[in-house]
This record gives sequence, structure tokens and C-alpha cells, in this order.
Amino acid sequence: MSDTTLSALAAQLKTRQISSRELAQQYLDRIAALNPSINAFITLDAEKTLMEAAAADARIAAGQAGPLTGVPIAHKDIFCTDGWLTTCGSKMLHNFVAPYDAHVIQQFKAAGMPSLGKTNMDEFAMGSSNETSYFGAVKNPWNPAYVPGGSSGGAAACVAARMAPAATGTDTGGSIRQPAALCGITGLKPTYGLVSRYGMIAFASSLDQAGPMAPSAEDCALLLNVMTGFDPKDSTCLERDKEDYTRDLDKPLSGLRVGLPKEFFAEGLGNEVATAVEAAVAELKKLGATTVEISLANSKLAIPVYYVLAPAEASSNLSRFDGVRYGYRAPEYGNLDDMYCKTRAQGFGAEVKRRILIGAYVLSHGYYDAYYLQAQKIRRLIAEDFSAAFKTCDVILGPTAPGTAFKLGEKSDDPVEMYLNDLYTIPANLAGLPGMSLPCGFDSKGLPIGLQLVGDYFSEAKMLNVAHQYQRATYWHQRQPTIEGGS
Amino acid sequence: MQWETIIGLEVHTQLATQSKIFSGSSTAFGAAPNTQASAVDIALPGVLPVLNRGAVECAIKFALAIDATLNRINVFDRKNYFYPDLPKGYQISQLAKPIVEGGALTIQVGDTERVINLTRAHMEEDAGKSLHEDFHGMSGIDLNRAGTPLLEIVSEPEMRSSAEAVAYARALHTLVTWIGICDGNMQEGSFRVDANVSVRPVGQAEFGTRREIKNLNSFKFLQQAIDYEVRWQIETLEDGGRIEQATVLFDPDTGETRMMRSKEDAHDYRYFPDPDLLPVKLDEDWIEQVRATLPELPAAMQARFQSEYGVSPYDAAVLTGSRALADYFEVAAKACGQGKLAANWVMGELSAALNKADLSIERSPVSAARLGALVARIQDGTLSGKLAKQVFEGLWEGAGEVDAIIEARGLKQMSDSGELEKIIDDVMAANAKSVEEFRAGKEKAFNALVGQVMKASKGKANPAQVNDLLKLKLQG
Repeated sequence: MSDTTLSALAAQLKTRQISSRELAQQYLDRIAALNPSINAFITLDAEKTLMEAAAADARIAAGQAGPLTGVPIAHKDIFCTDGWLTTCGSKMLHNFVAPYDAHVIQQFKAAGMPSLGKTNMDEFAMGSSNETSYFGAVKNPWNPAYVPGGSSGGAAACVAARMAPAATGTDTGGSIRQPAALCGITGLKPTYGLVSRYGMIAFASSLDQAGPMAPSAEDCALLLNVMTGFDPKDSTCLERDKEDYTRDLDKPLSGLRVGLPKEFFAEGLGNEVATAVEAAVAELKKLGATTVEISLANSKLAIPVYYVLAPAEASSNLSRFDGVRYGYRAPEYGNLDDMYCKTRAQGFGAEVKRRILIGAYVLSHGYYDAYYLQAQKIRRLIAEDFSAAFKTCDVILGPTAPGTAFKLGEKSDDPVEMYLNDLYTIPANLAGLPGMSLPCGFDSKGLPIGLQLVGDYFSEAKMLNVAHQYQRATYWHQRQPTIEGGS
Repeated sequence: MQWETIIGLEVHTQLATQSKIFSGSSTAFGAAPNTQASAVDIALPGVLPVLNRGAVECAIKFALAIDATLNRINVFDRKNYFYPDLPKGYQISQLAKPIVEGGALTIQVGDTERVINLTRAHMEEDAGKSLHEDFHGMSGIDLNRAGTPLLEIVSEPEMRSSAEAVAYARALHTLVTWIGICDGNMQEGSFRVDANVSVRPVGQAEFGTRREIKNLNSFKFLQQAIDYEVRWQIETLEDGGRIEQATVLFDPDTGETRMMRSKEDAHDYRYFPDPDLLPVKLDEDWIEQVRATLPELPAAMQARFQSEYGVSPYDAAVLTGSRALADYFEVAAKACGQGKLAANWVMGELSAALNKADLSIERSPVSAARLGALVARIQDGTLSGKLAKQVFEGLWEGAGEVDAIIEARGLKQMSDSGELEKIIDDVMAANAKSVEEFRAGKEKAFNALVGQVMKASKGKANPAQVNDLLKLKLQG
């Protein structure tokens, strides 16, 4: 496909060079050709997509179009979508048709953006490789032998393969940024509370946040304009004025202070990633930025803290999947307890069960203080490290992941090795800060490398400004994979 | 051996809000199953709770009414367990920081007044209902009640008899309905009592092992259950047995308690702060606004009734048994300016009639204003007590205003002394024997003559006037 930036597509729609229906059909055709090898989608419904596109065309014809009306988008299968199968990548919800729209879905519908389908993901967003999905692993479009990252792996892969111009994702410990990095696209996790969680199937409520995934920072800014907005149905959603996240895109970077956390450039970071990130720093300096070394001393505890808190919340959040009211129920059982046990034993995959067990353990009587309470304390220390750092810098920069994409199956037998992939992304979730990943190069195998920016609370516009200026000076985000079956 | 009974009560009061504590669904009782269960109530994937401000206001009112500590920062916790009528797999409650701590309630048992201290009261959501009948070996789930706001009110273990426990439960029931935070309907489960009961030898300092009797939904059952449980525990101990901590159920048919689960079966609820709900801060302005909506409380009203209307402490306590009764009395007393007489009529004739007809004071066919008007007519001598009862019957039947009934039924006391004199003369003439007996010193004969005069006047004669005139004529 030619120019697929959201602003270009929107302009073509506005000038009637193409209709929303035609555009949607083009993407559906590309999905039909590529998805069998990538497996980025769990559910497709061309009829619904085209109906929504036709409605968008009517809006455009009536002169009631918004900035992105008619541009199609793919939604992570974690968002409840009225009338669509909403599985969360799990057998537990393999048959669950949502009877309502998540707030995020409502926002995109209100903006007139047709849904291309529901994207594949790690089961209940638990995973960093998309291999835990009940619907099969997603393949990395840059090399199908490699994982796309996770948990928003389907979203990242479909955008990288241009099966969709943009996608929604969610990020609890890196689930937008890490797959964006591994698939060579741009993804942003907003400040906690900026986007409503209503209708987004909960993994870890205090960490979950939805965000946009697209080729460029500019695209992400346009999408963030649609996604944000106060929602009274989410008590943790912040009531604040709507912002235009494109407003600072064109600002020059002179005077920008970029913080480089020494802990993010230490042991564990792959050489090729380090080289690419350092080159990106040099590029920003050319654009007028200065660098300052900072320390996030407690971030080394981020993974253990995360693997106490996230499973604790998940163990409780996932209790509703009990076979009583909806979703999977074991076909045969003796009594009520047996029904619960068999349903959950059969309905959940290994990684989900592992986290439920960890979560139940750390919350259990006699262990709560030692694990959960202690982890909450460290969580606050991690957030305080960031507050101190933002006194000396405007944005923090580092790698998104320690390495590039790994091979399917390579880490699936070693959960701890898998967890280490989120080493650099988890601290922002624990602190509730916004973070984003953007492409900054390729390794010797031709796999993309991601650069991470972490901003202060509500500094999305500034982060997008930095990313956009970088993307104006570089071409990494425009590189596309060649895929068998693709045109 | 002499035994002492120790009782503490946990009362689940259903808060009288229009909608549920974390969703907009109605809390009205009696709807068809699952018609008042929204996406939030049935815990669809992705839904989130939003706290009902009204429920917090109810809790604030309660704290102010019992003079308790009102915690300014409120955290909601998740209590995790699996049950089909608990859709989320956890109940949202308050563990570490209940909204209300401390406070006290004064109870009256016979002539003794006692102060019972409260431990705490916290907000939480109710579960749904499991229906085990009519489903051919399966269970039905009704989630209409799921998410109904509750205030769980926990007393200190300070009650020493079932009578005290009932008195406390009644006083609490009066208070929560009085301040309007609970409709008090026990049949519908709006006020459910759990009793923690233990016994110990008199003089022993430490408590015995307690057993908790769950879900008592009437004061009678509360009394019966505790009495049975106390007897059972004493017998068990005297037979050399031990009491195991347990949760028991009371069976009203057999009058016995039976074990539901032992301590070994106790859940680990894995409580932790609900990350979907932020801590709720109560600001002082809000608290003061709520305070301004509180009605005069029962204790204050009792004192005022004694000083303002001159009623006895006992009467004041009876009249403040409910806010509706107290309001009724006060309207009636104001209408006639005769507090004591009004109190007698409210507690006497009116209460008896209501009881007989099984009506609550709210549904009394006789309005407080009319009862007051009736009392006024007794006071001004228009009606004798006996005539007043006939007028009351008219009021009860809906025959209109007091004066209209008196007029229409000719129930006015005779005020014309000429007419009365003629009746007395006739009675004396017709009862010469009685007249002679009286004159011979037989006092009893006088009463017989009065009775005859009253009868001849069809009760309309003023008894005092009859006495005076009759005496005068007998002497003459």
C-alpha cells in the first residue's frame, strides 16, 4: 500500500479519492491474503466492517466527518465490542459475544472509524510473545519464525504488515510498547487514568491502560485524541479537559533535556539494541536535545514487584470466569466445586493459571504483609525515583526491550526469562507514567529495534513531539516487511 | 455452676438508596428474577464499579446518630470467594478502614437502662440469591439483590441475655428506620441479624468459644435462637464437652441451631484494597450537610416529650418506638394541647384498634389531627370518655370530622340542667326503693341511681353534673 498514514488516509476520504467502504475492503483483502500466515486476528466480520464503513461514508457525505471518520482500525480482543466475539485470547471466553461496547470502542465508533476485526493477544494479556493465546501464536511479519511480542502481538503484527492502518492495544507491563518494538511500529501507553478502562477486560486494574498502535507518532497522536476523555463509568478515569495531542508535534527539540537512566543501559541489554538506541540519542542531540544521566535505582525491583501486584489483582479479577453466567463451562462435572475446578482447569491456559496461583498465594493469610504490602511500598519508591528524575529532565529515553524478537518457542518454557523482556517497560506502569516505543533501527537479522520514551504524568504531547521530530529525521518507522502473499 | 452469657450482634442493614451501591440498577424488592441486574451486577467482563454517593450518606448519618468516629478516608476491599450468587467472585466490602468506628446505643430492658458500645459499621455490597427449589435438582440464581448497599453494624460483645440482645436489635432497628437509612423490613431481608454467642462460668475473665448464629430475620427468632444456643452450650460444657468455633443456622420449625461450617472450613478471603475504587475522602462540608438532614433522634425526643408534654419516661419511650408513632403523637398533642391525655389515647384506644386490625401507625384510618380534635372535645367537657369512644369508632369508620360525628350521632354531653333535672326526677320517682336505701345510709344505692340517670340520658349526661344534682335532690 502507498501512503497509509492516518492523516493521508483521512485526506483521501475527505476529498473522495476513496470511500471508507473501498478503503475497508482493501484492508479486508489484505487481511484475507496475509492473516493465514500471521494469525493477527481472532475474529473478522467483513459484513459488519463494511456496514460501519458505509455509515462513515454517509457521515462524510453529510459533511459531519471528524478528523478520522472513515479510517478503519483493528481492536485488541480485550475490548468488549457489542455483537462481536470478545475472547481475550482465552478458551474461557471462546464463545462470549459482548453485549456492550467498551468506552474505547464507543469513542472510535463516535469518531466514525470502522472496526476491521478483533486482534489476537496473549491469553488475558498475560505474556510477552503472544504464544499464550488460545487461538494460536501470532507470527512476526518481519520473520514468521519469530514472535511479535505481547500481549498486543496481533495489534502490532497487523499494523506492521499493514493489515490495518492502526490498532488499539493495552499495556499492563509493556504490552503495547514491547510488541511495538518487536514489530517495528509506534505504540503509546498513556498516563494511568487518561483512557477509560470500562469494557476493557481487566488483567491488573491498577496497571492496565489502553493506548494506540500505529506506524508513526503522528498517527498515535490522532488516535489518542479519539481514545481519551472522561468516563464516569470508570472511577479511576481522570476528569480533565480534552487535549489535542497533535498540538506540539512540530515544535523544535532545542533545549529538550533527555534523561538516560544508567540502569537501562547496564547488564542485560543486547549490544545491537544498545548501539541503535545510542544512535537515536545522537540523532536527538543533532535536533537540539541535551542529555543528562539519571538514576532509577529501584527499577531493578520492578519485575519482582510487578509479579506480586499484577498476579494479585489478576487472581481476583479473573474470579468472575467461573462457568456460571457466560463463557466456557466444563461439559461434565459432579457438583458445584467440581464445576468450578474443571471449568477453570480446562478454560485457562498454563500462564494464566500460574499467575492466578501466584496472586492467590501473595494475598493469602500470613503472606499478605510480606509480599503484597511490601510490593506496594516498593512501587511507591519506584514512582518517587521517576519524580526525582523529572526534576532534571523532560523525557526519559532508553531501550524498550533488552533484545529484538526471539524465536517462537524459544522462551516459552522459561517464564522468568520471558518476564525479563519487560524489564524496561514495567517501571512506567508501576508509576502510572506514560511511555511509548518507536522504531530506531534493525538488528543483523533484520528484526526491528524499539526505542522507549517515558514522560512525566500527562506529558503525552511532549513525548509525541519528541517522537515525531525523530521520525521526521529518520525513516525507521516507514520500513515495511515483505510478507509472503503480500502485494 | 453459674454461667454467664456473652452476646455480640452483627446486623446487616440494607440501605434505603434508590440504586445499588456500585451500579445504577434499582434496589426495589420483589421484581421478577434478574430483571434488576445490569452488566455491572452480573459482572460481565470489563465492567467497573462506581460508588453510590447516597450509600455513603446513609453511613455518615448513622455515624452521626450514634456519635461514632467517622473515618474521613474510606478504602474498599475485595473479599474473595467463589459462590454462584457472587458474580465477581469477590464481595466489595471494607476491612481495614470501616467508615464508622465506635459509638453507642442505649437500650432499656425492664426498668434497667444499659449502654451497648458498637465496634464498627462498614459499607459493603449484598450478594444475589440462590434458589434451591423448583429447578429439578439444579439451583437458580437471582442477581436482583446483588450489589444492594449494606451497612454491617457490629456491636461489642456486651449483651448478657437474649432479652438484652433483642432490646439492642430493636433499638438499632428503631434508629436506622428513624434516620431513614433502612426501611427495616425484616421479612424482605432489609435487617438481618447474626448473633455471636458464648458462655463462661460466672467470674471467669476470658470469653468462652463463640458460635455464630447466621441470618436471623425476626426478633422472635433472635430470642429463640439465642436461648436454645445458650442452653445447648451450657449442657455441652456441663457434660464435659467442648465448644468448637462454628457458624450455625437456626431452624424456626424445630427451634434448634445446627452447624453450618466449622472453623476448619473457614475461607481465606484474600482481602486486598479494590484497585477499581479509589479511596473516598469525606470532606467536612459534606458531613455538615448530611448532619443538617438528620431528624431529632429518639433519645432527644424522649426527653423533650417528658418536659414539653409531661408524659412519663415509660410513655415517652413507647411513643418514640418509631418516628411515625412519635410524629403522630406530637401532631395529636399539639392539636389538643393535652399531651398526657393524647398519649393515653395514642397508646390506648388507637394502638389497640391498630393491633386488632393489624395496621401500622402510618396506615391509621384516624389521622393524628382528628385524634387531637377528639381529645380536645373530651377536655372541654363536650364528650365523656364513653362518648369519646363512640366518636372514635366513627372516626375509625371514616365518618368525617369529630364535631360532625358528634352532631350527626347526637353524642354531645347534656349541658342543659333543666333537661337533666327532669330525668333525675323521673329516675328518683321510678326508683323509690333506692332513694330510701340511700337516705337510710346505703352509699351503694347512690351509684345505682347514677347509673340509671346515665342510662336514661343515653350516656349523654355529664357524670360530674349528675353527681352534683342527684346529691342535691336526695338531700332535699
